[in-house]
Amino acid sequence: MTSPAVEIVDLVKRYGSTAAIDGLTLSAARGAVTAVLGPNGAGKTSTVEICEGFRTADGGTVRVLGLPPASAALRPRVGVMPQSGGVPPAARCGEWLRLVSRFHARPLDPGALLSRLGLSDHVRTPFRRLSGGQQQRLSLAAAVIGRPELVFLDEPTAGLDPQARHACWELVGELRAAGVSVVLTTHHMDEAERLADHVVIIDRGRVVAEGSPAALTGAERQLRFRARPGLALEELLNALPIGSAAKESPSGHYIVEGQVDPGLLATVTAWCAAEGVTADDLRIERRTLEDVFLELTGRELR
Amino acid sequence: MTTPTLDFTPAPGAAPFPRMVLAQAGAEIRGMLRNGEQLLLTMIIPVLLLVGFSVAPLIDVGGGSRVDFLAPGVLALAVMSTAFTGQAIATGFERRYGVLKRLGATPLSRSGLMLAKTVAVLAVEAVQVVVLVAVALSLGWSPQGSPVAAVLGCALLVLLGTAAFSGLGLLMAGLLRAEATLAAANLVYLLLLAAGGVVFPLAKFPESVRPVLELLPISALTGGLRTVLGGGALPVAAVAVLAAWAVVSLVLAARTFRWE
Repeated sequence: MTSPAVEIVDLVKRYGSTAAIDGLTLSAARGAVTAVLGPNGAGKTSTVEICEGFRTADGGTVRVLGLPPASAALRPRVGVMPQSGGVPPAARCGEWLRLVSRFHARPLDPGALLSRLGLSDHVRTPFRRLSGGQQQRLSLAAAVIGRPELVFLDEPTAGLDPQARHACWELVGELRAAGVSVVLTTHHMDEAERLADHVVIIDRGRVVAEGSPAALTGAERQLRFRARPGLALEELLNALPIGSAAKESPSGHYIVEGQVDPGLLATVTAWCAAEGVTADDLRIERRTLEDVFLELTGRELR
Repeated sequence: MTTPTLDFTPAPGAAPFPRMVLAQAGAEIRGMLRNGEQLLLTMIIPVLLLVGFSVAPLIDVGGGSRVDFLAPGVLALAVMSTAFTGQAIATGFERRYGVLKRLGATPLSRSGLMLAKTVAVLAVEAVQVVVLVAVALSLGWSPQGSPVAAVLGCALLVLLGTAAFSGLGLLMAGLLRAEATLAAANLVYLLLLAAGGVVFPLAKFPESVRPVLELLPISALTGGLRTVLGGGALPVAAVAVLAAWAVVSLVLAARTFRWE
């Protein structure tokens, strides 16, 4: 059996006396997209940089494609997109990508890749004069040009406009379809829900939950609306079928969970009418990863 | 916008080592020749010093033609500006911008990167030598002795000088922040330009400090080049001083260098 793309067991990383990573265990399957989701400072970048061989762990074991992260043999097989920088400011966009391509035996065509990422008009533009989003896209291009087996993308869509973000998502989809293993970090739950086969939610250097987006958010739907803060929910709960739940979180935002059907909707609106309030922005939706994170940690994701 | 189809199917592999090194060396050379401040240091200042002090009777070279005295000194200065000052500053900023770290994630090994930097420094030095020799000859410079001995002697001295100055430059870039490296490298350049026999003969300095000044790598290089290009035999003392600086600085640089 082949080893997973990434296998981390009990990883510990300390900076001074604080543990940035505190016993983290996760596994990223080959050929799948694994999203490491968490707020800033959760330990995402430290974890990825240890896998990339940039930092050394203080404890635990890490295997990348079955090898220790610092192995020279991994360098051609693994593509890396750092969170920022890594390119000389005066280097021209096209030159940099051509340079990285020349380190590889069977690279993609730099011109085609630049065109694919909408950078064709900036081939001769120095890196420092590219916009933040263009710099990100060049960095993404450099990560995949060598046709790696595994790519690490550290916050690949940070600072991208919606259009570029979708282009990036599309590219990740193509990598997956071609059999490339992808490990990406993000604090955008929509990104993780949309791209990932497997989501690992981390907070304070530990895994707090993991699974497919569907498994994490659950199948059940919920009803949400906004109204005057401080409504008494007991009456509503009494009227709802057993097994339902209702809560106000945050203030003025109400969530009703349970068997969301026309009967439940009617009960809720009738209760609103009795309370003399108009439910604003009433909608039925699934739980988001944001909700899951909030429930697990009591903190907002961003 | 056209969307060419790209085959992302994994096909990893490192390029042959020489191709990686040449590609990186090419990028380093382009970077050096494109940087205005670096060109000022490596080309414009040496040429201006050579022309200015050769034409205007500002210095007393103790008999003989001024250009015969200045040409070897300015060649030594050119080596120092590229191998030491330029390399220290460029490497300091590469670390600051995360370039060294990013390159560390490519198949190019660290030894490959160091080799590429050396190739690039030697290539830029070759351009400097061609330009400075042409300017000096047009100013009436007449090197003495057998051309073969002169070329071989100069090549050995320049290689040793390049090793010594590269070691010092990388040592400085490895220890200091990028901005501090920028300031310190320029200061050291100026001090060594003034006190290393480049344009001001060491004979003009007080007797008490001369033995110390003669141990500077720049003095060994200027003195050695001057002797060889004046028709003399390769001076063992200069070779020994440069070799000692090269060994000490490269060992220290290798021990202290931080990649990020």
